[in-house]
Amino acid sequence: MSEAKRPFRVLPQVTPENEHYWKGGARGELTFLRCGECRTYVHPPSPVCPDCLSRQLAPGAVSGRARLLTWTVNHHPWIPGFEPPYVIAIVEIEEQRGLRVTTNLVNCTPEELRMDLPVKVLFEEREDGVFLPLFEPVRP
Amino acid sequence: MESLERKAAITGIGQSDVGRRLGRDPLGLTLDACLAAIADAGLSRADIDGVATYPGLMNAAPGFSGAGVVEVQEALRLDLNWWAGGPETSGQLGSVITACAAIAAGYARHVLCFRSVFESSAQGSGPRAGIGVGGGGRGGPPRASGMLQWTLPYGAASAACWIAMFAQRHFLEYGTTREQMAWIALNARRNAAKNPKAIYRDPLTLDDYLAARWISTPFCLYDCDVPVDGATAFVLSHVDAARDLRRRPLRVEAVGAALHGRPSWDQFDDLTTMALRDAAKMLWQRTDLRPSDVDVAECYDGFSFITMAWLEALGFCGKGESGPFIEGGARIALDGEIPLNTHGGQLSAGRLHGYGYLHEACVQLWGDGGERQVPGGPEVAVAAAGGGPLGGCLLITKS
Repeated sequence: MSEAKRPFRVLPQVTPENEHYWKGGARGELTFLRCGECRTYVHPPSPVCPDCLSRQLAPGAVSGRARLLTWTVNHHPWIPGFEPPYVIAIVEIEEQRGLRVTTNLVNCTPEELRMDLPVKVLFEEREDGVFLPLFEPVRP
Repeated sequence: MESLERKAAITGIGQSDVGRRLGRDPLGLTLDACLAAIADAGLSRADIDGVATYPGLMNAAPGFSGAGVVEVQEALRLDLNWWAGGPETSGQLGSVITACAAIAAGYARHVLCFRSVFESSAQGSGPRAGIGVGGGGRGGPPRASGMLQWTLPYGAASAACWIAMFAQRHFLEYGTTREQMAWIALNARRNAAKNPKAIYRDPLTLDDYLAARWISTPFCLYDCDVPVDGATAFVLSHVDAARDLRRRPLRVEAVGAALHGRPSWDQFDDLTTMALRDAAKMLWQRTDLRPSDVDVAECYDGFSFITMAWLEALGFCGKGESGPFIEGGARIALDGEIPLNTHGGQLSAGRLHGYGYLHEACVQLWGDGGERQVPGGPEVAVAAAGGGPLGGCLLITKS
């Protein structure tokens, strides 16, 4: 993605707790905290596993494949410099039921969106080493 | 069933001027509402020994909090035995629900509850701004932290976008349509035409709705409420202290304040409903009354879909059936089976942020609705507020 095409974005404040998510794209990996005891992925990050209360949590990469749960085509200019329309979506990561993120769907038109559409991650490199996970439809 | 919230009754209501860019001091608006409510109850400020508010003093979106408890206490020199204000509760009406508990516990006899906003003046004349989009401080670029970090980088900068995705999922799972959802807005406008204090009173047609500009699909302009300046207040009294006051007390029959599931705009287990699902369920667990006993429903319409979610959660229709239920608008009309948002809701009467619904429920039960009065002398009303991770509701009866 060329420098000129990148929209302005409000970027996340990177902290030790969320760095794996926002910078994992540097290695091409979508990464979530994962419980070392019961193997549950935990998102957003937490100091304890919500299933077994273990504190043995460490970043673990997933496949980057997901399915589309819902979306909206936003038309209102909420953020100067980040121009509408754009597609905001909630996708569920293939590895675990309920493991979800909000994202943008790119390289698609609103007309082709449907529930459970297979999508995969791609990353937009930003300032300060942030790689924003975005998603696009899986093309046959 | 004896639920302790039945020790509390609403004995007075008050509301300031409500309008777009009134340019008034928000504390002044707040005091207008508070003093009106105290007078409506037939009390004086010396009788008030408790205060509750939502969200209290905070640095939030511009105009979101018009006054805190301490400002009202200072201005009116109140002697308080109990007070509480904060955003971490079961929606805007969580403050009133908490006041019922304080009354039942004996902490206070007469609790003043208020909510004031000046979002219209604070947001100025430009387009409605996103949440958390302001500068980053110290001249740096803005950075999103906490919950907003998961949405703001993607331009999901408003609850309009977040709730739109719930509505879209409802459309996908149940076949709900815009032509159905429109009736939340059309019904609100129809009622607002009969409310002299409503902001938008001109007729709105289905064609107008369908032709309106998009905000965030499936929401168009008319699915989103209108920021205003204004304040609303209540006096809640212990039933033993309510008997000889000016008004016939309105009993709090039951409340719903539950938060089950994840407290999030995008992680909730069922994307066709919200935290309000469990608040509504709790309400019916605390009373022998049933949804069919309710004569008037005032349900949050910060965005139109939220009202549909409340209608389903409160049991006025089945899960997933709110689209067909409201379509055509007959069932929810003033003379329908469950009159809804009889003042015009936040969509047409202004975003008084939760308190407007309870105010209107009281107006209807006291028979003060004027042109918009529900016929037949309604005796049971539900007031419900909040969306996303916020949800609280009260069942109010005349008896």
